[in-house]
Amino acid sequence: MITLKGVLKTYSSEVAIGPVDLEIPEGGITALVGANGAGKSTLLTMIGRLLGMDAGAIEIAGYDVARTKSKDLAKIVSILRQENHFITRLTVRQLVGFGRYPHSQGRLTPHDEDKISQAIDFLDLGALEGRYLDQLSGGQRQRAYVAMVLAQDTEYVLLDEPLNNLDVSHSHAMLQTLRRAADELGKTVVIVVHDINYASCWADQIVAMKDGGIVAIGSPAEIVRQELLAEVFDLDIEVTEYRGRRIAHFYLPVPVCEHCHKQPGKGCCLDGSPVSPGPVPLTLGRPA
Amino acid sequence: MLVSKPEAPRSSQPLATPRLRRRYWTLLTTLLALSALFAFGLLAWDNPMPVGTEGFWIIARMRATSLVVILIVAFCQAIATVSFQTATNNRIITPSIMGFESLYRAVQTSSVYFLGVAGITAIQGVSQFLLQVALMVGFALLLYGWLLSGRYGNLQVMLLVGIILGAGLGSVSTFMQRLLTPSEFDVLAARLFGSISHADPAYLPYAIPLAAIAGGALWANAKNLNLLSLGRDAATSLGINHRRQTMVTLFFVSILMAVSTALVGPMTFLGFLVATLAYQLADTYDHRYIFPMSVATAFIVLTGSYFVMKHVFYAQGVVSIIIELVGGGVFLLVLLRKGRL
Repeated sequence: MITLKGVLKTYSSEVAIGPVDLEIPEGGITALVGANGAGKSTLLTMIGRLLGMDAGAIEIAGYDVARTKSKDLAKIVSILRQENHFITRLTVRQLVGFGRYPHSQGRLTPHDEDKISQAIDFLDLGALEGRYLDQLSGGQRQRAYVAMVLAQDTEYVLLDEPLNNLDVSHSHAMLQTLRRAADELGKTVVIVVHDINYASCWADQIVAMKDGGIVAIGSPAEIVRQELLAEVFDLDIEVTEYRGRRIAHFYLPVPVCEHCHKQPGKGCCLDGSPVSPGPVPLTLGRPA
Repeated sequence: MLVSKPEAPRSSQPLATPRLRRRYWTLLTTLLALSALFAFGLLAWDNPMPVGTEGFWIIARMRATSLVVILIVAFCQAIATVSFQTATNNRIITPSIMGFESLYRAVQTSSVYFLGVAGITAIQGVSQFLLQVALMVGFALLLYGWLLSGRYGNLQVMLLVGIILGAGLGSVSTFMQRLLTPSEFDVLAARLFGSISHADPAYLPYAIPLAAIAGGALWANAKNLNLLSLGRDAATSLGINHRRQTMVTLFFVSILMAVSTALVGPMTFLGFLVATLAYQLADTYDHRYIFPMSVATAFIVLTGSYFVMKHVFYAQGVVSIIIELVGGGVFLLVLLRKGRL
């Protein structure tokens, strides 16, 4: 279990994340969703001890993140950031091999090599394991990073936007891998995703965030509702059910008033709201 | 019937394939053989006595000091630069931008400025050497300690402040040089080129253990350096105390740089050159393999340029000029042919 108590990170007098109280249960996939700047990644990096907090406490499986040695935590929790750039030239297998460091301290045993092979095969990278990272596509590289995290073999796996840079089929494969990691390997996976529908269809639990605080926690059916999404994303999104999953139709244009460019019921002039001058005229690029 | 080739065992070793392993050891052996050849060349070239006679060895022994100095400088510069680039996660800077060389220039210049030509002799001697080392390490520690452990601890800020302080010290030195008499300036200028013959053999009993301890500590820490090269986030996730490791690494780097600079003067380009070449030659992430390659490369570059300077141009050991000229060319060649750092 991951427990956050009064976790606070202050960036300036106006911008702060928290104070957040949150419990993420063991097992399954938990997705953090929210608008840009809601604090999802910040929260995840604080749980993964990559960022210090200004107040509060985070415990993972009973270990205080701020006080436990980094070396010991590395056997319990692994975290992957969104952007990874290495100055050294590594093959896929060497990168994944680094994941064994907390267990091997750099001296790889046959057991470690087995685990590395497993992680590589789990992400279907067997044919690419001798390739250098700079010879891979963005999607393949993303998979290699996830393989490294899996080779670390920790109970808790934190991934910051693992679907970043992936097309639909690779996103699908990645989610399937994470699902298997949760179901077959019993890992607790926490991910940050942008697309609410991926969270709705694949996660066991969704944590919705806004302006540095938590709006709601619950199963996809509890979170993916029109009113709640309107609160979280400031957008009126129609939600329907398809094969038992809630799908938010945010791809569709939301009907707006032609006169004031606002949605009916949200300050539109037709509802009797004070008439605003209408949409800002767009003259950029037009011949004078 | 289908007979499949027996598969090579899947291995995550730093040199993954037999071909890479062969390539590495062949290159390292070649470099070591070249080092031995160059070292012998320095001892034997222009030696009036026939090889092997007693007189030959007497002369060789007198020249051996410069060989030891070269070895120390090669070891210090190579290991310090590779470690520094790993700790800062940047392969186009060298530890000299942290102000070691500007400090050296400032110390040399101000001694001549305040004491006249006599000043140059006043700052030579074992205690003065140790004082210079201590000054440079202290300067570096102050910078690292203050900037890395503070609330806004940030490597980029530290590097920037280092560069600016270095530039400031450099301008003060240049200003003082303007006010020197031509003869004083002439004496000083000779000290400001990196030169093997600056080193006084009396410094060696102190320089060798200092370099050995600092370099040995970094070498023993090679596995953690491998992790540091993955960057702060990945290294932390894998269980490294990133800030502590960075501080410890930079501390030892500052000792190595201080010893080398106080011994022979500024060698700005050497470390950068050999580190870049060593990455190409070793072609692995593992510092246990990069270190020997970089030290061997540095030794060859130094002995080679020393040889040319001494026996072709008769310029008694002013090696930094050759290193920057020829080394820069080799560096560009390697970079343009390989197309990556």
